[in-house]
This record gives sequence, structure tokens and C-alpha cells, in this order.
Amino acid sequence: MNKIQVITSINHEEVEFLCEPQETLLDVLRETLGRTGTKEGCATGDCGACSVLVDDRLVCSCLVLAAETGGREITTIEGIATEEGLHPIQQKFLDHAALQCGICTPGLIIATKSLLDRHPDPDETTIRYWLAGNLCRCTGYDKIVRAVQDVARDLAGPA
Amino acid sequence: MEAFAYVAPSSIDEAVAELAKHAKKGHRAQVLAGGTDLLVQLRGADIEPRILVDIKKVAETNRLHLGKNEIFIGAAIPSAVLNENTELVELLPGLLEAADLIGSTQIQGRATLGGNLCNASPAGDTIPAMIAVGVSCVIIGGKGQREMPVEKFVLGVGRNALKAGEFLVGLKIPRPKSRSADAYMRFIPRTEMDIAVAGCGVSVTLDAKGLCKEARVAIGAVAPTAILVPAAARALIGTTLDDAALAAAAAACSDAASPITDKRGTIDFRRKVVGVLCRRATAIARDRALARKALGV
Amino acid sequence: MSESIDYKLVGTSPVRPDGVDKVTGRAQYGADLNLPNQIHGKVLRSPYAHARIKRIDTSRAMAMPGVYAVITGEDFPPPPEHGDVGGEAGGSIGDLARVIMARDKALYHGHAVAAVAARSLRIADEALAAIEVEYEVLEPVLDLDAAMAPGAPLLDENCFTKNLPEKTDKPSNIAEVMVLSRGDVDQGFEQADVIVEGEYRIPMAHQGYIEPHACIANTNEAGQSTVWCCTQAHFDFRAITAKVLNMNVADLKFIASEIGGGFGGKTVVYLEPLAVLLSLKARRPVKMKMTREEVFRATGPTSGTHCKIKVGAKKDGTLTAATAWMAYEAGAYAGSPMGAGAMTVFVPYDLENFKVEGYEVLLNKPKVGAYRAPGAPQSMHAMESAMDDLARELNMDPLDLRLKNAAEEGTRAPYGPKFPVIGLKECLRAAKAHPNYTRALPEGAGRGVAVGFWFNFGLQSSAEVHINENGTVTVVEGNPDIGGSRASMCIMAAETLGVPYESVRTLIGDTESTGFSNSTGGSRTTFATGMAVVRACEDIIAQCRARAAVTWGIDEDQVLWVDGQAIPASGVNDELKPLSLADIAENAAKTGGPLLSRASLTAKGAGPSFSVNIADLQVDRETGKIDVLAFTAIQDAGRAIHKAYVEGQLQGGAAQGLGWALNEEYIYNADGIMENAGFLDYRMPVASDLPMIDTHIVEVPNPRHPYGVRGVGETPIVAPLAATANAVRDAIGIRIHDLPLSPPRVLAALDAAGD
Repeated sequence: MNKIQVITSINHEEVEFLCEPQETLLDVLRETLGRTGTKEGCATGDCGACSVLVDDRLVCSCLVLAAETGGREITTIEGIATEEGLHPIQQKFLDHAALQCGICTPGLIIATKSLLDRHPDPDETTIRYWLAGNLCRCTGYDKIVRAVQDVARDLAGPA
Repeated sequence: MEAFAYVAPSSIDEAVAELAKHAKKGHRAQVLAGGTDLLVQLRGADIEPRILVDIKKVAETNRLHLGKNEIFIGAAIPSAVLNENTELVELLPGLLEAADLIGSTQIQGRATLGGNLCNASPAGDTIPAMIAVGVSCVIIGGKGQREMPVEKFVLGVGRNALKAGEFLVGLKIPRPKSRSADAYMRFIPRTEMDIAVAGCGVSVTLDAKGLCKEARVAIGAVAPTAILVPAAARALIGTTLDDAALAAAAAACSDAASPITDKRGTIDFRRKVVGVLCRRATAIARDRALARKALGV
Repeated sequence: MSESIDYKLVGTSPVRPDGVDKVTGRAQYGADLNLPNQIHGKVLRSPYAHARIKRIDTSRAMAMPGVYAVITGEDFPPPPEHGDVGGEAGGSIGDLARVIMARDKALYHGHAVAAVAARSLRIADEALAAIEVEYEVLEPVLDLDAAMAPGAPLLDENCFTKNLPEKTDKPSNIAEVMVLSRGDVDQGFEQADVIVEGEYRIPMAHQGYIEPHACIANTNEAGQSTVWCCTQAHFDFRAITAKVLNMNVADLKFIASEIGGGFGGKTVVYLEPLAVLLSLKARRPVKMKMTREEVFRATGPTSGTHCKIKVGAKKDGTLTAATAWMAYEAGAYAGSPMGAGAMTVFVPYDLENFKVEGYEVLLNKPKVGAYRAPGAPQSMHAMESAMDDLARELNMDPLDLRLKNAAEEGTRAPYGPKFPVIGLKECLRAAKAHPNYTRALPEGAGRGVAVGFWFNFGLQSSAEVHINENGTVTVVEGNPDIGGSRASMCIMAAETLGVPYESVRTLIGDTESTGFSNSTGGSRTTFATGMAVVRACEDIIAQCRARAAVTWGIDEDQVLWVDGQAIPASGVNDELKPLSLADIAENAAKTGGPLLSRASLTAKGAGPSFSVNIADLQVDRETGKIDVLAFTAIQDAGRAIHKAYVEGQLQGGAAQGLGWALNEEYIYNADGIMENAGFLDYRMPVASDLPMIDTHIVEVPNPRHPYGVRGVGETPIVAPLAATANAVRDAIGIRIHDLPLSPPRVLAALDAAGD
């Protein structure tokens, strides 16, 4: 099997890897590169646990071939925290107890970042539909939605 | 997933040459656009191509052009990108609604109109919406370019009119006339993340008095392919799109449906609901067209 | 029991100690560990729902380059003849061994028949395809009623119905019957002014945890194996693996990874014995993970059921008699939650006359596993629907009808003992007083209520408490943290010791590093393991008092422990400066060495937990689609240790119950193949399907727990099923008896009613 050489950027760091054509970005992140923060829940694009940003676009990394990612900028959960510490989304998920088992959390945090980058002041319906591709079986979504609302409020600054 | 090769040509000529090479050898070459259906099929070993030809680096497949008479949508443009184009959304709200309904935000970031069409699922959301607004497929192969309407392009469940060596470059859509509008509605059990159990795309054009002078109605997920329902259009044309006309069109859609019972719905359910969707979608298209009429567009 | 106690930490909602690792991607779940030299294991699964395995030829697979080991049923010792699986997952260990690897028969589509270990997943897949299996295909049994009918094809020719009045020598698919009764139901129905009856069917449903099962086993030449896996019960997994492989427990070390959901489903062993055996043969670490499809096809969902209910009442609402007939799908092997279903069906009510008949039935589907309050949602859906119908017949408020008959302390539970102090009436009153119960409904919408219940379990737990040299505290216990239990343990330890929450860290030990604990399940962790933690902390306090006494040169009983400090009893010596835990820890070398304590126990006195749910929803009469407008979960937690995580349990259970009520179901074709084995068509609720879920925590403390804990995880899934069905009844005026209330079913009911 001929391996394909890919040079890409993950969390603003240049990364070079070899992959087989059928390997997905998720496979390479988790198995080849050891970035296991991105989770696999279904491998068919139905659960969102493997959400990453490719050139700031929210995608399921299980539905992207690794071979396609040359020259792209990939953001994973490992790249969300800032130099000052946790990203506000991460902090609010903790403050609101918006995770129970935590397996869907990396994907939800990435999806939330993508939401707030585009819609800094989303209403509840917008939040719920934007996050509809991220299954959570533990929380019933209530505390997740509240955490996202709280981040958005903080982003908007004091009223 | 079985092993296959991967190439990403950077021009139409390269893509055509690549596809021709494999067509000649009798190898199955599979065109990759957004991949949201394809990668799932590959994983499930539903298809086992020798080579994937990724067309996303071909400029023409990424071209979006809103011309005076015609709109061109490249086959590889993700739905999310299309829906960020406000002018396009205003022009073809129904088609863009359909594109916006395919899967989650994540899927939207990858899924394309071209892929949804080529995948030729009976339940593909954009297909009835495309038929309603009269979309033509722009196909390129070794023998040059050809075009055909969407309703002819889809041949059956998972089957399209592409010949070996051909691929879909993009979609041409007549720019909607004044006092025209489209709408698409589908039924799913949840609010998101489901495949259509029934779908209906409608476009209407009103005359200066507000009577419907042109209409196209297409239904999805209720037959092996999405189908145009001329009887539904006939029920609408010449009316004010009042309740009686909508009910007649709905009945025509239910009559035209030949659904199956499966894990997503029953025959009776689909037949009834496709009529409901026709009525509701037509009302939305009518209201949009009236709003445009009021604005003089 | 409503005295208010001034706790500093109990009832607050601090950030969990494992939180940062879980929001940054550092936390390692089942599939996140890789070991040097590891290879990949995969399972070959039966393509038939019912077949005799005539022959398996693995020689071609074994000869493939990159294939290190291939195993089939023949590589296992004979299934143990005795012993049951403990905890919430029912059944015999022998049957579980057959689930793990089929022997002579494949009993469901997806049943494991062989496994391989290979250099890559791709080679493993190719090796699976190279294994030749000759099957004699048998007629599958897929329907409860058909499976119970005389002459049905048999799954097991040696299955003789248990608990029949007379022993039978005729094999049957009915594995077990159970009868519970009291009083005279005939007489009771004679006294009734109103009788309602109903017959209810619910298909199988899956726990739907987002993390597929995964493990990695590293077995050495001496047969000692270390297994990393996602599990609710690493000690139980060790025990089962040892029995299935006939290994010495001491040769197995199980490390629980972080766990991505379980809800009962990860109390059952599937992959681990395969990985241990493959690793033993391959002499390499073997990693195995299920695909989502395998999770649906080959792990244990909960039972599909068929229930019949008859309830009689006087005009004033007093229940006079009730009967229930219920059949539970066990799947391929015995061990269903039918017993719990039978015990819970009438549990909220003080009933003089009742009879419950339960049947557990084998059929060609995966063997069911535990799922949150196993058995109760199905049976209580039936009874709580009937109670709703009864309230309508009597023209009574449905909460008043329940209050009129509600069990309380001293009421004899249908399953035997008298209830200790319980909070059912408190929950019902809280529901009546809740603004969500009286808020005006939108035009055409409906509201439904229902009661839920779970026994809650005790079982065995261990805990250790170490005081570090600076007075910080390390708690070690053996229950995988599935929803924030580390935080609850930290709260209870900190509250008991009188130290700040931040001073305490809780870690989950592996099977070699800490004492035995049963599963994280049955809502037992905060109750039982919490009790062990509190006891161990009390022991630390006793030691601290002794150390202070040594330091001060006074008697131990002259030292008090107040607010995290040792102080001399009043009048002893006012000059002595209090000694904090940190002071004592710093000085430990001089007073007797490091401070550590441990407690192990079989927890008694688990407190039953009742709930009341209120569901508001709207039905699209043209499509049958249901829109949940509001949902209120009220539950007696005994005492909420970590308030936000208790709310989270109520909300998560409500969402699962709503999913089950609305759309979730196993859909089988005529060959016994599940047609919706993926998240696309197994329709769990997504964020846009649900409203905010309001919670109201009732606190009727459990006197048998130091902080009054009852346990909260199970009960929340029970009431949503009937609350939803009752709300649909309210909205459209039609009782739909079966679940799920999917659009085609609702529309068909509307059509049939001539809507």
C-alpha cells in the first residue's frame, strides 16, 4: 500500500504524517498522531464526538479523509485552551456541570466554538440546532445549552 | 474500509483524464466531493472503488456565479458555504432550505448539492427542491460537456446518469423570475439528524394579479426517485393558491406517491404526509412570492 | 425528617476534580490508550439470528501474514455450570460465557463466533472474511407472543421454565415465571366502582452511551494479564473474565479507564476475555473496540415488553384491586429485569389486593443487559398509564388520585418489606404545588404526569483515605466515575473532615490498588461508596484526635474535632492552640507516622427513591409529530450531595425516557436482523428535540446514610414514558398504549379515531 505524505497544521503547529488513502482524519489524529482528545462515537457522522475545525469550518473528522487535509489548518480540542488557561467555553462547561461522562464534551466544545465564532449572540433555538449534531446521552442538553448561553453573555460583555 | 488510491486533480482536464484512464481499464473510479455519504458507504463496504478522484481542488466545481439569467453552483461547494451567501438564499430560499436540512452543522460543512444529487438517494433532500426550480446538471467527460435536467439525471435508487469517465461539475439554475419563489419541506421524526421520510419542493410564479401562472411540484422519499408531479402543478396554476388549490395539489402528491414501508415510515404515513408537506410548502412559496410581488421583484 | 442541617459543602455544586482533563481532551477513555507493539482484535459475528454452528475453519485466516491469533468457542474452557452474574446484569455466568463467544449455536444476529488479532484493523477485517463458518440456519423467534406459544422453535432445548407450580419436563422459551400477590383480587374488583384495563407493548431500547466498548489486554507468558477497559465495574469484570477463562483472579489486573457513558450497559463483559485470550496467544497487547453497529447488534439493550393491567377503584379514588400480566424479552439467554418489573409495577400504591404474573422469555435477540432502573420503566409505564385513565374515569386530578393511594413509611411494598421513610407523597405534593403543573397550556397541547421509582442498591464498597504531608486528602475508591462521583466523594470527605473541597482529591483505583467494590450502578455509588468514604474519614478524625492528644499530652477523649481542627475539650487547657489537619499531618512523623484509614462494607439501608414527572407537549395532528414543550422532573434524592450533578441525573434520565417514549426502538426484519443499528435511525434525542428540563429536588433524607443519600441515577428514566403517553392522551384525546409514540403510530391512531 502506497502511503500518502501529508503536511498540514494542527492547532497552529506544522504536522507531517503518512497515511493510507482510506484513513480518515479521525484515524490519523487518534492512532497516528496520538491526539486522542477527539473521540469516536459512531464513525458515520451521526454523533459529533469527533468534531474538529478544518479551516475554521466545523466538520466530523470521521467524514474527512486524512489525505484531503494537506495545507489545511485543523483545530482540535487539544488546541482550544489559550495561553492564559482554559478557553471560556471550557470553563463554563465545568462551572455549569455541563458534562457527566465527558465523552461528547470535546466535540461539543469545538462545535460551540464554531457557533460563537459565527453567532456571538445566539438564541436558545439557534444553539440547540447548531449543536444538534453532537449527541449527548447523559445530560439532556439542559446544562450544555445554559453553559453556551453563559459564554455568549460573557462575550457580549456587561449590558 | 477496503484499500483504494486517492488523487486530487487540480483542473477539469486532469480530472477527466484521470477518470478516463480508469474507465478504460474497467476500474471503478469514484468521484469524491463532500464525502458525507461516500465515506459512510466506503466504511460499510457498500462500494469498493479502486480509486477516489477528489474534485474539490478543481476550480470550476467551487465556482458560484449568480448571473442575470442563470445561476451556477459548483458541484463541490459545501452547503454551509452556500447558505452563507445571502443573495443566493434570497433568490432560492427553498433550495437552500433543502441544502440546510442535510444533516448536522458538521455535515453542512462538507455536504454538497452535487454529492446529494449524485448519491441519488430517494430521500435526498435537495433533489425535489432542485427539480422544483428546474435545475440542470452540467456533466463533463471525455466526450465533452452535456447537460440534463435533474429529474432525468436520477435513474433509480443510488443510480444516476453519469457514464464511466464522466463527473458532475455543477448545477445551472434559471434565475427566478419576478413574483416567483420556492419552498421545501420534509418530514422527519426528530427535529434534526434524520433522513427524510417524505419531502416536497415547490416553486410558483404569480402573475401581476396574483394568480399562479407557473408551478412545479416535486416529491421525495415516496418513490424510488424524487419525482415531478405535474398534476399538482396543474392544480395550482390559474388559482390564487387558495386552500382549495392547495388541497387539490396535496391530493395529487399523495396520489403520485408510491412509497414503501420501512424503518422510517409506513406506506400510509408517507402518502398522507407528503400531501401535508405539499400544502404547507406551497403556502410558504406563495407567501414568499406575494412578498416579492409586494416589493416589485 | 425535614430538619435543616447546616452543611458547608453538601448540596453545593463545585467543579469536579477531573473536569479540566475532560474539557481539554486529556482524559483517557477506553479506546484512548495505545501500548507499544499492540495489535488489533476484531470479532466475527453471526450473520444469522438463529443457527447451529456446524464447523469453523480458521486455517486460512491463521495463515495470513500479519495475523497473530484466531480464537473460537473451542479455545475457551467449558462455560461454568454454576454461578450468577452479580449486580444489575442478570443471568448465569455460563450463559454470559456463551454471549462472549458462541459455542454450538448462534442465538442472535451479531453473536460472536470467532475473533482474530492482527497487525492492523484492515488485516483483522480481511482475516475475519477468511474464516469459514458452516451454519445450519434455524427459524428465528422474534416476537414475544410467538416465542411463548406452544410449538414455537426453541432457542435452548434444555430450558425448562423455572418457578412453575409443578416442575416441567417440557422445554420452553419461557425461562422463568414469577407471581406476586396479596389479598383477594376478585373480591377487590367486586368492590370497585370503576375498572380500567389496558394492554401495552414496548420494543427493545438501547442505553445509547456515546463511547463504544473498548479495551486493551496485555497478557504475559505466565498468563498474567493487565486489562484497561471502559467499564462500570472493573472488579466484576475481573471476576467474570477469570471465570470465563478459568483463570486465577490474582493473575488479572483491571484498570478502569474514564468511561463514556454506560447506564447499565457497561456492567456487562463482552470484549475483555477475548482480548486476554488473543493477547495470551499472540504474546502482544491486543486492543479491541466495537463499532457503533456492533454496540447495537451485540451488546445488551433492555427488554421489549408486553404488559396487561387491570385496576379497580372506588368512586373516591381508593384502589381496590389491581392485576398485571407481563412478559419481558430476555433475548438469547435468561436474565432479564422481569423480576424488577413485577416488583415495581404497583410499588407507588398502598394496595390490599393485587396479583402480578411475570414471564421471562427467550428469543433470538441479544441478551438484554441492565439499563437504568432495569425493568421498571416498562411495567410502570403500563400502570401509570392505567392510573391516568382511571383518573379520567373518576374525573379526579391525576396527582390527587395518586396521593389518595400513595405508599408511605410503613406501607407494605408489593415485594414484601414495609417501606422505611420515603418521599413519594412529598414528590406528589411538590408536583401539585409546582407552577409548571398549573401553568396554562398552549391551545391543543397536552399535559401528563406519572410516578417513577427505584429501589436503589447497597452492595459492597471499599474506600481509603490518605492524609498527605500538608494536610490535603487523597480518597481512593473503586467505582468508575460515570457522572461526577469523584466530586461527590470529595464533598462528603471534605464535609466530614471539615476541610475545604479543594483539599480533597478522589481517584479510582485499579483492582490491585484498592479494595473491592461492586459496580457503579443501581444508584449505589454515592450511597454505598460514599458511606465507606465517610467512615474512613471518621476514622481519620479519630486518629487525629489521638495524635493531638499525644502532641498535647492529654487524653484522647479530651480532644474534640470541630471544623477541621482538633481542639481541647472545654476546660481542659485553654492555652492549647487548635491543631488543623495540616498541623497534624506535618507532625505525623513524630506522632505515629502517616495518617491513613480505610473502610469496607456491605451497605445496608439503601433508600428507595420516588419521582413525579410532568410533561407538556403538542401533537401535529396532520403528521403525528410530537413537540415536547416543557418537562419537569421532581425526585426525592434523600440528600443531594452535588446539587448540579443530581439535577443532571434527573435531566439526563428524563431525556432518555423521552427518547424511549417518542422514537427509540429496535426495529427487526423478518430474519431477525436489526434494521436501525446506528445513530441515524436509532433516534435518540438531539439538542433541538428537547426543551430545558426543569428539576425539583425533594429531600427526604435516608436515615441509613450519614448524609441522607438515597441514590438518584436510576429513578429519573422511569416516569417519562407514561408522563409522555399521558400527555399525548391529554392532547389528542386518544390513549395510545404502545411505545414509541413515533409519528406513524400517532398519526395512525388519529386516523383510526377519525380525526
